[in-house]
Amino acid sequence: MRGGPQMRRLYKMTWMECKLFLREPLGAFFTLIFPLMMLFLFGSIYGNAPSQYFNGRGTIDISIPAYTAMIIATSGLMSITITIAAYREKGILRRLRTTPISPFTILAAQVIVVFLMTLLGMILLIIAGKFVYHVHFEGNAFSVFGGFVLCSLSFFGLGFILAGIMPTARTAQIVGMVILYPMLFLSGAGFPRELLPETIRKVSAFLPLTYVVNLLRGLWIGEAWSAHLLDIGVMVGLLIFGVIVSIKTFRWE
Amino acid sequence: MDVIEVKNLRKTYGRTIAVENISFVVHEGEIFGMVGPNGAGKTTAIECIEGLRRPDHGTISVLGLNSQTDSRRLRSITGIQLQNSNLPDHMKVWEALDLYASLYSSPVDWRVLIGQLGLEEKRDARFCKLSGGQKQRLFIALAVLPNPRLVFLDELTTGLDPQARHAIWDLVRSLRSQGKTILLTTHFMEEAEWLCDRVAILDHGQIAAMDTPDALIQSLAGEERVSFTLDAGMPPELEKALSLLGHIEYQGSRVIICGRSTENMQLAADVVNTLSGANIRFRSLQTVQPTLEDVFLQLTGRQIRE
Repeated sequence: MRGGPQMRRLYKMTWMECKLFLREPLGAFFTLIFPLMMLFLFGSIYGNAPSQYFNGRGTIDISIPAYTAMIIATSGLMSITITIAAYREKGILRRLRTTPISPFTILAAQVIVVFLMTLLGMILLIIAGKFVYHVHFEGNAFSVFGGFVLCSLSFFGLGFILAGIMPTARTAQIVGMVILYPMLFLSGAGFPRELLPETIRKVSAFLPLTYVVNLLRGLWIGEAWSAHLLDIGVMVGLLIFGVIVSIKTFRWE
Repeated sequence: MDVIEVKNLRKTYGRTIAVENISFVVHEGEIFGMVGPNGAGKTTAIECIEGLRRPDHGTISVLGLNSQTDSRRLRSITGIQLQNSNLPDHMKVWEALDLYASLYSSPVDWRVLIGQLGLEEKRDARFCKLSGGQKQRLFIALAVLPNPRLVFLDELTTGLDPQARHAIWDLVRSLRSQGKTILLTTHFMEEAEWLCDRVAILDHGQIAAMDTPDALIQSLAGEERVSFTLDAGMPPELEKALSLLGHIEYQGSRVIICGRSTENMQLAADVVNTLSGANIRFRSLQTVQPTLEDVFLQLTGRQIRE
């Protein structure tokens, strides 16, 4: 293989982590299966008929970017957090540290795999939405993908921070879930924010996932990036914060 | 040639002194053991030498490299087995070997290694399904995968049953016969005695004694004990002859001679010669050799396993 030993190692590590991800039923379920279940559940309740709530768009039309946000949050706060914290606690990182591999390669492999799985989760949603509910896509695919990448990396950063500052894998997992679940329901990722009362909508302004939902929903219906400067700013800020803090808090053991 | 040279190594954690000013060398091709109870500083010391921890003081040279400044390079040419480490639960044995082989520039063929370590039939087993002994064999395989001249083994057989332990010992000896140098730590004195060419006995972060196991036992251990049963009682002239060999204790009809063997005097042989020379009938002759365990007791005044 071309590209030097570190690239070959990265490729091997990434492929291995891919296999491990798919062998771990819980992570694969929440990333790949659960969003589809939500889609079919709400699809069977509301269908995808044009609705006055959503400016003439159907429930499923606006749910696909929202559920994508849900997958991003789950990947960041569960998959990344649990894997890194458990790898550290069990001594898996220690074992790797005895080899010439660089820590960057280990973390990069982790990010690539979780990113690919998140992307796969979104693709499954789009396929199901397209064939079962004939969703309308009014945006630009590259633009949506760009937003998806930005939001994913920002949330992965949150996962790394949690894994870094929590003392044990167990607490990292619990804290991750405690942050994740309320956020899913209050940010508009789990179900449309239009259905929430006004007072609760005010709370969502404090949740980072809200900005993911806003950005992805906007890009999905073809709005310009310039219409989402706040969302982008929050995501970029979160990403920078995540990278700095996770470098500072990374521990081998 | 010295493979490892440790000079005045010191490492503290807060106020706790883990390793206090230790120095030693490890020669090419030997199995060198750091032995001592849990908490004696063995793991801290070996991890400083491996380059995984930064000592507060002292210099460590490993294969001619500085283990602090050249740690990345060192990791590519040494094999390390850690006391507490794991692989992901769902990683298969062959996948682990294949992945770790890809991390080194000229690894040995893991397909050969897997057979040498008796893991062939566990090739497709997941890590979480392996027994303690199988996991340890896999870790040894990972440690020798880079084809290193020097292998570090930290508490290799802790938690294994005696059969698995003996199998691991055979493996370690086969590494030495391939010309590899081995630095190991253990709190099993028996393991050190079986495996090591030389040992350093660590206690409270310091080296209490360092030599070959035999020499340590010769110079420091308590006495050897030779016991036998005399049904007819002890004739006084025999007692006198035996008392020249060592101190005599009685437990009913059981006689115990406690003494030291030297190079030209084997206690057991002398006792037997004296008995048969006096034409005395005895039975159930037993000899108990002193062990490294006794050396430790002698050095520290306490048992190694509290």
